[in-house]
Amino acid sequence: MTLSHSSIVDKAAETAAKATPAPIAVRVRGLSDRAIAWLFIAPAISLLLAINIFPLLWAVYLSFTNYRANRPNAVVEGVGFRNYQRVLTDPDIWQAMQTTAHFVFWTILLQMLIGFALAYLIDRKFRGHAFWTTIVLIPMMLSPAVVGNFWRFLYEPQIGLFAYAVSFLSGIPTSQIQMLGNVSLAPWAIIIVDTWMWTPYVMLICLAGLRSIPDYIYEAAEVDRASAWRQFWSITVPMALPFIMLAVLFRGIENFKMFDMVTLLTGGGPGSVTEVASITLKREAFETWATGRSSAFAIVLFVAVFGLANIYVKALNKVKQR
Amino acid sequence: MRRFTKALLGATTVLTISTALPSVSQAEQLTLCWAAWDPANALVELSKDFTAKTKIDMKFEFVPWTSYADRFLNELNSHGKLCDLIIGDSQWIGGSAENGHYVKLNEFFDKEGIKMDDFVPATVVGYSEWPKNTPNYWALPAMGDVVGWTYRKDWFEKPELQKEFQEKYGWKLDAPKTYDQLKQIGEFFQNRKIDGQTVYGASIYTERGSEGITMGVTNVLYDWGFQYDNPKKPYEMEGFVNSEDAVKGLEFYKSLYDCCTPPGSSNVYMTESADAFKSGQVAMQMNFAFTWPGLYKDEKVGGDRIGFFPNPAEKAHFAQLGGQGISVVAYSDKQEQALQYIKWFAQPDVQAKWWELGGYSCLKAVVNAPGFAASQPYAQAFLDSMAIVKDFWAEPSYAPLLQAMQKRVHNYVIAGNGTAKEALDGLVKDWTETFQDDGKI
Repeated sequence: MTLSHSSIVDKAAETAAKATPAPIAVRVRGLSDRAIAWLFIAPAISLLLAINIFPLLWAVYLSFTNYRANRPNAVVEGVGFRNYQRVLTDPDIWQAMQTTAHFVFWTILLQMLIGFALAYLIDRKFRGHAFWTTIVLIPMMLSPAVVGNFWRFLYEPQIGLFAYAVSFLSGIPTSQIQMLGNVSLAPWAIIIVDTWMWTPYVMLICLAGLRSIPDYIYEAAEVDRASAWRQFWSITVPMALPFIMLAVLFRGIENFKMFDMVTLLTGGGPGSVTEVASITLKREAFETWATGRSSAFAIVLFVAVFGLANIYVKALNKVKQR
Repeated sequence: MRRFTKALLGATTVLTISTALPSVSQAEQLTLCWAAWDPANALVELSKDFTAKTKIDMKFEFVPWTSYADRFLNELNSHGKLCDLIIGDSQWIGGSAENGHYVKLNEFFDKEGIKMDDFVPATVVGYSEWPKNTPNYWALPAMGDVVGWTYRKDWFEKPELQKEFQEKYGWKLDAPKTYDQLKQIGEFFQNRKIDGQTVYGASIYTERGSEGITMGVTNVLYDWGFQYDNPKKPYEMEGFVNSEDAVKGLEFYKSLYDCCTPPGSSNVYMTESADAFKSGQVAMQMNFAFTWPGLYKDEKVGGDRIGFFPNPAEKAHFAQLGGQGISVVAYSDKQEQALQYIKWFAQPDVQAKWWELGGYSCLKAVVNAPGFAASQPYAQAFLDSMAIVKDFWAEPSYAPLLQAMQKRVHNYVIAGNGTAKEALDGLVKDWTETFQDDGKI
């Protein structure tokens, strides 16, 4: 005797229902697939609401008040858009935004150029390339705290290897190579460290892009006698572009909220030349305790990053569709 | 079956006792929160006597200076129960009193016969009182501290250097009495070769992230005539914070940074300054007095090689107050035991031992004792320094006031942006805004 699939399922359900106490069985039977699906994802959704969405909405609420976290007993009053007005007209905040933009632009540019070049080299599969790939990846495996402290010593004018290397190559005395204390050099000191640490990450993504290009396309191009230069610009770059753009997106979001490395290397100084937006935000929120104003600043940053990321993702999708 | 029941009973009893034990020991344990530094280790040692006497265990929560304020102010603001006792920074007193973080100690002091007159007056005002100069006590002065200087006595005593210095500046190379003298010494040692090593003039506070440069620059500003506000009209800052003298003082601090500090000194605070001295890089070092016992014991630069002097004078003579008082946290469930600790800590013999172990007692009976000045090589400099202390704002809004000063001063002194006048004018603007937000002006 053969039973159809649906009759087997029905029988199993009947057996399960019989084994289950009546009220539960009725309830389970009464649940639709959609309801069961909701039941399964409910814990994850509740967690998301509790630790992501609720704090976000709470921050939006606080941004319209004069609340200060260090004065929990003080009366909280609504201040309308005053916090937003102060944030958007504060020259120090604009300065911090410019510093952030400068940092994001240069780190991404350098990481993309060097990362792609490294990926292109490693993709050639020379002898020992697996070993060199591992070596290149080491910086991104380190903790930012370790990297920050490590580079602080490297930059030290009196004992730092970086200063010695620059001095050896340029003839400038080491005492004059003050990477972290000089207003012009300090932003570059941070860019160098971030590039050193995160270029391997970009390289990995670019390598994935390069390896996804089928060999037959290059073979066809060679049959057509396309030069290596032409192959690079007409095949490699366009086909790896979605990956490169993805790397730009990841690094852009990460660097927009850069905090740890800057804190460890310069603390935002000298003066405020390396004070990126996240440091200003932290100072507003947890040092000056202007919770309402800092919430407004956080919302402005969130909207900026979210908006830019959305526009960028749309552009990325268009590139992918091409 | 009976055997099984017995075994079950036994297991239950063991389980009950083992779960009850931690709560018993928890009831007899106090947590004291402070910064992670040398005096904290001395306090651990000292507190063993308290445990021996009362059977109350002491647990310690020490946090590095760079995150000390962040960590513990967050704890207090969130009404956390981590700390039963806290040795909080002097500037926190206003906020902690007004926001109800600390237990008011007046009644307790009266009941236990603890008199504030028994403590060095400056430390009572600085660490215990809020509002200032009123008999409202929120802490017991615990650790006296003040910014002072150490110098390389062995270098200063080298005959060839003494001769050269005398010829160049016309006075004997010795611990400076004024800032002009200090700068001359700094210039004299800057980039000099001593024992085959290039050395520098002085290490001064320049740190940006927390409170470093403010704790350094105020020593100079006070001496030049800077005042926080009009003594006759509180919170009137125009012409006091940015007076001509204050501008000159700030220009001097920048000139000292430019002429006489080691390369790469753009982010120096207590640890970095002590390290510069210990590694033999600098002839003089600005630092809080708490570093002195450790430096004196240092094999390379301590002993006969080190000397101590209070902050030099100029037009006026002041030094930046450091140090802290010990308070009972209002959110603690063990306030009674915490008060017991304070009562024990206030005793003269405990305070005397505190000084012996490396803590700086604020009790007059200790610091005015006949042998005190000679008890340690740095004791006299400490006494002289404590006699001239002045503190930063201790208002509830001290944090924004501090951050404004950090930014304005660092921008001028280290980054070289704008002029000293612009920096101090900006500071008046920032501070005015803060006090307006607080409804004080």
